[in-house]
Amino acid sequence: MLGKLSWAAIPFDQPIPLFTAALVGVAIICVLAWVTLKGWLPYLWREWITSVDHKRIGIMYILLAMVMLLRGFADAIMMRSQQALAFQSEGYLPPEHYDQIFSAHGTLMIFFVAMPFVIGLMNFVMPLQLGIRDVAFPTLNSVSFWLTATGALLVNISLVVGEFARTGWLPYPPLSELTYSPGVGVDYYLWSLQISGVGTLLTGVNFVTTVLKIRAPGMTLMRMPMFCWTTLASNLLIVAAFPILTATLAMLLLDRYLGFHFFTNEAGGNLMMFMNLIWAWGHPEVYILILPAFGIFSEVISTFSGKPLFGYRSMVMATMAICVLSFTVWLHHFFTMGAGADVNAIFGIASMIIAVPTGVKVFNWLFTMYGGRVVYSPPMLWSIGFMVTFVIGGMTGVLMAVPPADFVLHNSLFLVAHFHNVIIGGVLFGAFAGYTYWFPKAFGFRLHDGLGRASFWCWIVGFYVAFMPLYVVGLMGMTRRMQHYDVPEWRPWLLIAAGGAAIILVGIILQIAQLVVSIRRREELRDETGDPWNGRSLEWATPSPPPAFNFAVLPSVEGDEAYWGIKQRTRQQARLGEEPSYADIEIPRNSPTGFTCAFFATFMGFALIWHIWWIVALAALGAFATFVIFAWRDEVEYVIPADAVARIDRDNRTARGEFALSGAVS
Amino acid sequence: MSHTEQDKHSHYADTAPGDESLDGYEAAEDVGTYLIGLGLATLLTLVSFFISRTTLVWEPSIPVALAVLAIAQMGVHLVFFLHITTGPDNVNNVLALAFGVLIVLLVIVGSLWIMAHMNHNMMPMDQIMQMQS
Repeated sequence: MLGKLSWAAIPFDQPIPLFTAALVGVAIICVLAWVTLKGWLPYLWREWITSVDHKRIGIMYILLAMVMLLRGFADAIMMRSQQALAFQSEGYLPPEHYDQIFSAHGTLMIFFVAMPFVIGLMNFVMPLQLGIRDVAFPTLNSVSFWLTATGALLVNISLVVGEFARTGWLPYPPLSELTYSPGVGVDYYLWSLQISGVGTLLTGVNFVTTVLKIRAPGMTLMRMPMFCWTTLASNLLIVAAFPILTATLAMLLLDRYLGFHFFTNEAGGNLMMFMNLIWAWGHPEVYILILPAFGIFSEVISTFSGKPLFGYRSMVMATMAICVLSFTVWLHHFFTMGAGADVNAIFGIASMIIAVPTGVKVFNWLFTMYGGRVVYSPPMLWSIGFMVTFVIGGMTGVLMAVPPADFVLHNSLFLVAHFHNVIIGGVLFGAFAGYTYWFPKAFGFRLHDGLGRASFWCWIVGFYVAFMPLYVVGLMGMTRRMQHYDVPEWRPWLLIAAGGAAIILVGIILQIAQLVVSIRRREELRDETGDPWNGRSLEWATPSPPPAFNFAVLPSVEGDEAYWGIKQRTRQQARLGEEPSYADIEIPRNSPTGFTCAFFATFMGFALIWHIWWIVALAALGAFATFVIFAWRDEVEYVIPADAVARIDRDNRTARGEFALSGAVS
Repeated sequence: MSHTEQDKHSHYADTAPGDESLDGYEAAEDVGTYLIGLGLATLLTLVSFFISRTTLVWEPSIPVALAVLAIAQMGVHLVFFLHITTGPDNVNNVLALAFGVLIVLLVIVGSLWIMAHMNHNMMPMDQIMQMQS
């Protein structure tokens, strides 16, 4: 009746996961009870859960990423403290638990922190920057979000019911095959990624279509803000790369569920093919994450230097070059597997070549700052912190692109330090820069400045203290994923690294404090003008928060830096442009399709993991029925009448006019 | 997004998928193209099945013929079902196709090349078996 599921699946003998799960469970019940008692459930359902508004979906993506960041960081703290303690002893985490922790840490941080964070920012910002009212397929967008949430939920369920993979964040066979991983851990990994992968692929299709097909009048491709270009490149990569991931994981699933032999040792299977395919996705994936971050830094640095982005065209070229080159370097993840000198040499050189467009970008940012009046506000601090940190990470990367050096450093903590150096210093700092930069646009008030600075300094200091020692122990020969060790020389460095994690913890606490304090003091942090940073692109032309329709009249773009141009004209003429003639606006209706699909997908994924076939069948039927009902709906849009649009827009124009003409702009 | 707006920026961007303007829309013509496509696709499939079992052609040429037929099949799908043309409003589609073909080639050719080298450098299976025993 319930397949492999029984009471034995719940780890009653392991206090740590059980206690954590109880705590999280109580927290969730408390939040639900609070929301229900306050009577907010209908509001949440109507305005958020069923929302197809790109801004709200973006905010929910970022919320998901931040909650998962806490979970992933808890794993990080456990690993660092385990390695600090486990010198000539067992530490406090038994090996099978420790293995699950590092696997879950990697999986969560890449798929459910970094991905939702950048997709959330793209969701929120890209349509506003393009001067349009929504993405190409709004309901699909909601489906994407909820499927991603399903994946995250399944990974977290594995904490209490059953176990998670012990294979590392990429389930290398033969370890991940049924013979060596008979439990449900790898299945949890595979199904949560397959389900959330569908969501990511749909996002890719959606955003590529949006950027290529729907832009404000006059917004030619070469007038788009840099962030839209990196969004385009990143989503092209999603469309090209994620099918490889899905196919590879599907083959592993066939091996595990139906006795196929794609990656087994026996019967003609070839496990090297798995490494090859997973990295043919995996390397583009790191550019999927970092390119939007590059876009964010371009926006932030240009805004806070008070200058247009230096070398816009070279930046576009560099972005698109990275987009293609990212598919030519994947072998550098397995130089040591034995492809031989000529293959290794070619991929090594390609890996060094891809550093060139990245270097172009760094110089462009430096020249943007050069001669500008740089304002060191928190988004700018994250950007400068990024430039320093990312260049260090990039250089250790180029070092490891040399195959002979890689043979020494492969799978050592040097590698771990390298990729944390580029992912934290690049993607995460970018996400935080974007979060601080666009927060006032999303909620109508700024984040507290002092706490933001404090958290930045904790993060960057903590990062260096936590990861520079790992470079050292890596060079001393320490491999990754060690549950215990007995080399006395490593110990002091690992103690320092644990201290660094503690400093980062303070940074995270400060970020939470910043959010709480900012909400409590929102009246004094209020952004009245909609343009708190003296921005240059169209998102700052809308009020904060923007109305459901974003733009009362679609802006007409007449040059680079669309909103900067509008502000210049306003000041030259010392008045706002003529009031436009308002028309009714049709807005897509909210739809529970996304949530319902994900509801069924959750059951389906869970039942597939535990082999409960009747639930699989029912849930698949439910998901299909949802699709059919959605396809047959008659009312797709509702109308906001012209006078309501005019009323909302007049307020915006008044605020904007006062701001522009008060001279605050210059 | 309303149709009036679509019309407004149709000067700047080409039409979005599914948003083809209804002016001069001829359903019959459309169905015609699909039918031609269906006919060609069926024909190519039948020829493939036929050629694989026939003795009419020189035997070693059969795999080559099958590959040619498969590529022709892809072409038929692209032109008649996915409407890839060389018209001016098709730049995006053609570029997307080119990008897709490039990536597929990179991944497939790269994988074949890598795997060939790996297999070449791998110790023969019987020697491994000897070492294990």
